[in-house]
Order: sequence, then structure tokens, then C-alpha cells
Amino acid sequence: MQKEVISSGTKKRVIPKSPLLKQYINNIELVLMIIPGLAALFLFNYMPMYGILIAFKDYKFLKGIGGSSWVGFEHFIRLFSGMDFINVLRNTIVISLLKLVCGFPAPIILALLLNEIKSSKYKKLIQTFTYLPHFFSWVVLGGIIMMIFSVNGPVNIILKFFGLREPLVFFGNGNLFINMIVSTAVWQSVGWGAIIYIAALSGVDESLYEAAYIDGAGRWKQTLHISLPCLIPTISTVFILNLGQVLNAGFDQIYNMYNPTVYEVADIIDTYVLRKLRAMDYGLGTAVGLFKSMVGLIFIIGANWITKKISDDELGIM
Amino acid sequence: MIKNSNGEKAFAVFNYLLLGLLALTTLYPFLYTLSISLSTTREATSIGFHLYPKEVSTTAYRMVFKNDSIFIAYSNTIFRTVAGTIMALLVTSLFAYALSRKSMPNRKLFTSIVLFTMLFSGGQIPSYIVLKQLGLLNNVWVYILPNLIGAYNVIIARAFFQSIPESMNESAKIDGAGEFKIFFSIIIPLSKPIIMTLALWVAVFHWNAWYDSMMYITDNNKIVVQAFLQRIIQENNSDLISQGLINPDIQQFTPETIKSATIIVSILPILMFYPFVQKYFIKGVMLGAVKG
Repeated sequence: MQKEVISSGTKKRVIPKSPLLKQYINNIELVLMIIPGLAALFLFNYMPMYGILIAFKDYKFLKGIGGSSWVGFEHFIRLFSGMDFINVLRNTIVISLLKLVCGFPAPIILALLLNEIKSSKYKKLIQTFTYLPHFFSWVVLGGIIMMIFSVNGPVNIILKFFGLREPLVFFGNGNLFINMIVSTAVWQSVGWGAIIYIAALSGVDESLYEAAYIDGAGRWKQTLHISLPCLIPTISTVFILNLGQVLNAGFDQIYNMYNPTVYEVADIIDTYVLRKLRAMDYGLGTAVGLFKSMVGLIFIIGANWITKKISDDELGIM
Repeated sequence: MIKNSNGEKAFAVFNYLLLGLLALTTLYPFLYTLSISLSTTREATSIGFHLYPKEVSTTAYRMVFKNDSIFIAYSNTIFRTVAGTIMALLVTSLFAYALSRKSMPNRKLFTSIVLFTMLFSGGQIPSYIVLKQLGLLNNVWVYILPNLIGAYNVIIARAFFQSIPESMNESAKIDGAGEFKIFFSIIIPLSKPIIMTLALWVAVFHWNAWYDSMMYITDNNKIVVQAFLQRIIQENNSDLISQGLINPDIQQFTPETIKSATIIVSILPILMFYPFVQKYFIKGVMLGAVKG
């Protein structure tokens, strides 16, 4: 997102603007260019936003969104008075916070470690492999992971070698399941997530390292005092964007990996909404979706605002 | 040459090993799946690391291909990937180009309209209802139309188009070329790297998409490979046989070999192209990073 910088000191050049209609006619070709995209945005992004009204209505398909009767905040009251949604909300926050705590630093560490590799061939090889899981759907990854971690699978063979008597049932126990979800999510995204930091590191002025070396700083100190500070703008941008995902626990992954024995801890907002959709409880499901979107929006704007305050407008995304 | 302390040497060795191990954890699961898919039933059920099949058997693949379902699902996936990518690229790049032109009226407004979709969405249920009203349920266009334009792709393309010097357009304009002519004969040839990156991103997205197929399509002749694979993985054999999705003969083979073979079949195109196109994927992230 580009910032249009208008310095307050300079005088604005006054260009008499032609009336809007004339601008449209003069640039009719450009206007035609955006029409297909605008139509798609209108139909598939903005129409569903209008559909949010269902959260405040007793929606009947035959009456349509406009014709259905208003019920005010009834769906929200129903939502927050029942225990099942509170549990779903807790599960979502637990999983997404664990993912943030483990998944946010991981690519930064990987980028810093890769930066220490001298052989560019080896570096390339490692990168090629670690990007790989990013290119497959969670349907594929879930299927493979469940085989690898099955009772007779290779992971249990290794654990047995290290002295574990009973094989672990990774997908049959709540705590283990959460660990699996978080660690495989980190595994899937760490390589791809590191690219942006590797790009930032490659832009660091080499002479900074040389100067630090002459001053007697080892690699560790160079990393701490040169590499890491150079990553701060990238880190803050990624962090703000991640905070917007606070109620996104990763539907694709969980839906493809969970089973009835772990529903207690694995049922998240998106799986809950999916159930409401299938049960045709549209009002309640839409209310949940709206709640999720609003929280995401508030977090992203809040995080951006705080980052800007702390950094004196140096950092931030908007 | 910079002299390293002993501690730094030890760290370097540790670092090489650690990263090597990480790379192995991403490679091994795919190797394991490939090996199981090529194993005999007896070998697949035996306990071991299965780095390679001791006795190669193509039975699982023959079972997978015996049924028409995989071919139908595959052709649907190819359709959505090819048509979806071409159409999305056209719509996205035209939109981004217009937004990159200074003479575009209400430029900021239209930019905000596309950016806002990154921050807020209607959610699953309103989307479902809209698609239902548009008659897109159980219709293969549901794969393509809702994915014609993505905010992130517009931003990246727009940034690239903005970096092309205005003077390129000015001279064309003097020669009487319109914006469409400029776009197709000057801008597109200059933008090959970004077009390539976006095309690959969109194509991978389409190849891997499963949710729309699961939610909006009920006709078995219209589902995509990922949705087909999901049924194979999630449901047990008897359910699949009763649905007619897999052949009853399958019972004599372990589900693991069938699952693995289906997984390999579904990811093969990506695995084959991946080594050659990797750099294009990464280029896009770099461009996005610069613009933040």
C-alpha cells in the first residue's frame, strides 16, 4: 500500500479539474477496463456484505434478505448465552494464539539461520525443500500427515526406538491434537514465510557487517545488532497482518485433520459456522461470521494504530 | 578471509545439520507417500520407514484409474485451472492497469474498493446465499467467477505497472493508440515476469481448491480432484463403495496404498513443474514485500 506523501510546506499546484463526467468520457477505455473486475467485486464481495443483514433478521429464502423480518440482536443473544459458542470461541483463540506464538518467530529465525549459510547451493537446496509444503492443499497434507503419524507409522517407530512403550495416538487425544495442529502449521508455512525476511536481509548494506567486524563483533552480535534491526519494518508489517487473523484458527487444516474424538478442543468458529450452514440456521451462522470479521478488522486497525504511535509513523501498513 | 572463533565454527556445523534436518522433514513425507503408493499390500502394512518400495507394484494406481471418477474429477480440475487462470489474469491485470494510470477518474475510490475486501468480508453464509441466488450452486462456473479478482494480486500488478515509465505510453498515445492497444501491445510484453508470477499463483490456487467443490457442488460429475481425494481420505472403504466412488475390488487392497496413489496422482503436476517455476513464485513475494 503506497503512501501518498503530501508535504505541508509546499503549495499545492492548482489544476482546474474537469467535471467528473467529462473525465469518465475522456478516459472511457480505462473505465471499461475496470468494469469486469468491479462487477466481480460487487457480486462476490460486496453482495455478501449486504447479506450480513441476515444476522439481524429471521431469514426466509423465499422472502429474500430485504423481505425477511427484523429480529434485532436476538441471534447474538442466543449465541453468547449458549455454552457451545463460548467453547468454540475459546478453542479458536487457543489455537490461533499458539500458532501466532510459534509460527510468527519461526520464519524470522529460519531466515537468520539461512543467512549464516555460506554455500549458496546448500542454501538454495534448503529453501527449495522448505517451500514445498506451501504448494499443496491441506487435503493432501492432512492425508500425508495422518499416515506419517499413524499408530504404526514412521514417527511412532522413532519414538519406540527412543524408549516409548505404547505408540502415541496423535489424533485421538485433545492435547496431542492441538500440538499436532500447531506444529504442522508451522512446518507448512515456515519456509514460505521466510522469503519476505530473506529478501529484506539481502538488502542490508554489506559494509555494516564489515564495520562491525572491525569493531570486534562476532556473528552473533552482528545478527543481534545489524540483521535483526534491519528486519523490524518487515516484522511489524507481518505482525499487524497476523493480528488480523486472530480468529482464524486455520479452517482448511483443521477440517482436514480432525475427527469426532477431538471435537471438544478442535471445534473452531469456521467449523461451527459450517455446521450452522448445513443445518440451515442462517441467522446464527451469519451473526458468528460478522462477529469474526469485526474482531479481525478491529485488531488489524488497532495494531496498525499502536504500531504507528510507537514508531512515530515510521511503521504500519495504512 | 574472516577468521571464526571455535564457538562460531561449532554453530556453523550445527546450523548446517539443523537446516538439513528441516529440509528432510519436508521431503520425507512425500517420499513415504510415493513409496507406499508403489508398494504391495503386504509391504504397505508392514512396519518400517518405507523409503522405497522393496517390490514395486502398480496395483494401487491401476485401481485408481479403473474408475471413471478420477478422470472426471481430473478434467474438472484442469478446466478450472486453465479457464480460471486465464480469466482471472485478464480481469486482474486490466483492473490493475487502469488503477495505475494517473488519468483514471476516481482512482483512489476504486483502489479503496478493492483494498477493503482484504479487511472485511461477508462471511461463509452470506456468500453461500449470494451464490445460490445467482444460480451458481451445482454449476462449474462457481469455481471461476468468484475468483476472478483478488486484492493482493491487484496491488502487486498495479505496483509493477506503475514502475513502467510513463514515456512508453506517451509516445504510443501520440501515434494514436488507445489504452487497450497500449495495454496489450506495450504493457503486457513488458510485464512478463509479473504476469508469470500471478499466473502461477492463481493456477496453484485453482489446482488446490477444494472448499467450493465440497460446499457448492453435489453432482459427482462436477467435483474436482481435491474434493474427490478428500472423500477417499476421510471416509472409510465401505462408504466409498456404497457411493460408487471406488471399485468394490478395492477391498482386497489396503486403503493406505489407494490413498497414497490418489495423493500422488493429484500432486504430480505441481511436483513436475515446481523445480522449474519456483523462482517466479518467489519473485512475487519479493515484489509484495517491497510495496508492503
